[in-house]
Amino acid sequence: MLIETKEKREAPPRVRSANLTEVVAIQNASVKAKLQVEGLSAWFGTNKVLFGIRMQIPENRVTAIIGPSGCGKSTFIRTLNRMHEMVVGARVEGQVRLDGQDIYAQDIDPVLLRRRVGMVFQKPNPFPTMSIRDNVLAGLRLTRALDRGRGEEIVETALRQAALWEELSDRLDEPGGSLSGGQQQRLVIARALAVEPDVILMDEPCSALDPIATARIEDRIHALKEKYTIVIVTHNMQQAARVADRTAFFLLGELIEYENTNDLFTAPKDKRTEDYITGKFG
Amino acid sequence: MTARRTRSHMYEKAFIGLALAAVVLPLLLLAVLIADVIVDSSGRLGFDFLTGYPSRKPEQAGILPGLAGSIYLILLTAAMALPVGVGAALYLEEYGKKGRLSNLIEVNISNLAGVPSIIYGLLGLEMFVRTIGLGRSLLAGAGTMALLILPIIIISSREALRTVPLSVREGAYALGATRWQVTRKVVLPMAFPGILTGSILAVSRAIGEAAPLIVVGALAYIAFLPDSVNSPFTVLPIQIFNWVSRPQEEFLKNAAAGSVVLLATLLILNSIAIVLRNRLQKRRTW
Ligand SMILES: Nc1ncnc2c1ncn2[C@@H]1O[C@H](COP(=O)(O)OP(=O)(O)OP(=O)(O)O)[C@@H](O)[C@H]1O
Ligand SMILES: [Mg+2]
Repeated sequence: MLIETKEKREAPPRVRSANLTEVVAIQNASVKAKLQVEGLSAWFGTNKVLFGIRMQIPENRVTAIIGPSGCGKSTFIRTLNRMHEMVVGARVEGQVRLDGQDIYAQDIDPVLLRRRVGMVFQKPNPFPTMSIRDNVLAGLRLTRALDRGRGEEIVETALRQAALWEELSDRLDEPGGSLSGGQQQRLVIARALAVEPDVILMDEPCSALDPIATARIEDRIHALKEKYTIVIVTHNMQQAARVADRTAFFLLGELIEYENTNDLFTAPKDKRTEDYITGKFG
Repeated sequence: MTARRTRSHMYEKAFIGLALAAVVLPLLLLAVLIADVIVDSSGRLGFDFLTGYPSRKPEQAGILPGLAGSIYLILLTAAMALPVGVGAALYLEEYGKKGRLSNLIEVNISNLAGVPSIIYGLLGLEMFVRTIGLGRSLLAGAGTMALLILPIIIISSREALRTVPLSVREGAYALGATRWQVTRKVVLPMAFPGILTGSILAVSRAIGEAAPLIVVGALAYIAFLPDSVNSPFTVLPIQIFNWVSRPQEEFLKNAAAGSVVLLATLLILNSIAIVLRNRLQKRRTW
C-alpha cells in the first residue's frame, strides 16, 4: 500500500502559476495550495473551539485531520464550506482562501461556495424520500434544471466513482434509505461527486463501516485525488497513514503539527503528537 | 430469581390485558352507539332523506341543505386554513429566528388551540360578520372555522417539520441548495405525511362543530342550497340539533338519521384524505 502511494507521489506534480497562492512542499515537490487558512478561530456561542489555525491545503492531494474526540476536527472542516455558521450562535474569525479568494468576504454567497466545496458527513444522510437515482442527482436537481439524458450519464459516472455502480445499477429506483450503511455512505459520496466540486470534505466517512467497505472507500479516495482536493477527518491513524499525503494533528482546538504524513507518523516534532500517535492519550 | 421472573411475567400479562381492554371497550361503545343511532333512524335514511329539504312534517324532512352546507364549508375552511397554517409552521420552523419571541409565539399558539370554540364564534361574529361585513354567509362561517383549526394545523405541521433530521437538512445545504430549495424539495416532502395527518384531524374537528357557527349566524331552517360564498347556510350538526330540540317524537328519527349522515361524511372525507396522502407518499416527490 505504502509503495503504491509512493509511486503516485513521484509522478511529476502539476504545478500551477501561484502568484496569489502559496505553495506547499510535499515530498520535496511543491504543489499549489488550494485552500489557505489564516488565523482561523471559531466559536459556538461564547465557547471558543478553534484557536488561530494556519494551514495550507494542497491541490489534488489528500489531507487528513486527526486528533482526539472534541478537539475541533469537525468544526474545522465545517468552516471550510461555511457550514459552521448554520449552527445558531456559531461564529468564525480569520480567513479561508479558496484559490486565493477569501470565502468569508462580503460578496461571497455561501450557497455557491458549497457547490465548489462538497461535504460527506460522519453519518450517512441520504434523502429518504428520493430514489437512489434522485439522491445522486439531488445536488443538480435541487439547484438547477437538469435535462433527462444527461442525468443518466451523471448518475452512472458518479456511482462508478463511488464504487457503487456494480452493486446498484439495477436498483436505481429504490428509495435511498433502503441501502446498507456502507452503501449509503458511498451513495452520499456519489451525491457529493455528482455536482463536481473542487474540494471534498469528508468527516469520518468510514467510522460506521466494516473493513471491506472501508477499504473500498479508501481505494476511491486514492483515485479521486486525481481530480479533487480531499480533506478527510479520521480517528483511525492507519487510515490517515494509508490515504493521506499530509496529516494535521489537532488538540484542544489548536493545530499542533502539520507535516507530510510519513514524517508526522515516523518522526513527530511535537511531544504531544508523539504521545497521541503512540496511544499515550486520546 | 425464578419466582421474581414469574411475578414480573404476571404483571406483564395483567398490563397487556388492561391495555387490550382499553382498546376494545371504547371500540365496543362506539359500535353500540352507531348501531343505536342506526336503529333509531329506523328507515328514515334513504335517497329522499339525502336529497330532501327541511319540512314541518318529519317524514318529509331531508338533510340536503345541511349536507351541502357542511361540505362547502369544509372545503372553504380547508382552502383558507391549510395554506396559512402550513405557511406559518414553515416560517416558524425553517425561517424564523429561534429565541424568546418564538417561544412566546409557540406557547400562545398552543393556548389558542385550547380556547373554547364558542369564543371563536364570537370572534368570527365581530370580525367577519360585522367588521368586514360578510354577513351571515358561508364565507364568514368558513373564516371562523379556519381560525378555529389554524392553531391545530400550525402545531401539527411544526411537529411534522421537526421530525426531519438536521443531518438530512445539512446534507442538502452542503450540496449548495438555498434555504427555499431545502425546504421545498427535501423538508416538505419528508414532513408531508405528518402535515396531512394533522390537517385531516383538524378539518374533522371543524365538521362536527356547531357552536361557533350558531354564533356567526348559520340558519337552522333553510330551504335552498348555497349558491355562492355569500349565501346563508346551515350545516349538519346544526340541523341535527334543531331536530333534536323539536317537541315531536318523530323528529328524533330525523336527528338519528342526520347523525348517521354526519358520521358517514366524516368517514368519507377522512378516507379520501388518507388515500390521497398515501398516493402522494408513493409518488416520486419531484
Ligand atoms: N453544535 C454545537 N454546539 C455547541 N458546541 C458544539 C457543537 N458542536 C461541537 N461543539 C463543541 O465544539 C468542540 C469541538 O467539536 P467538534 O465536533 O469539532 O469535535 P471533533 O474533533 O469533530 O470530535 P469527534 O472526533 O468526537 O467528532 C467540542 O468541545 C464540542 O463540545
Ligand atoms: Mg467530529
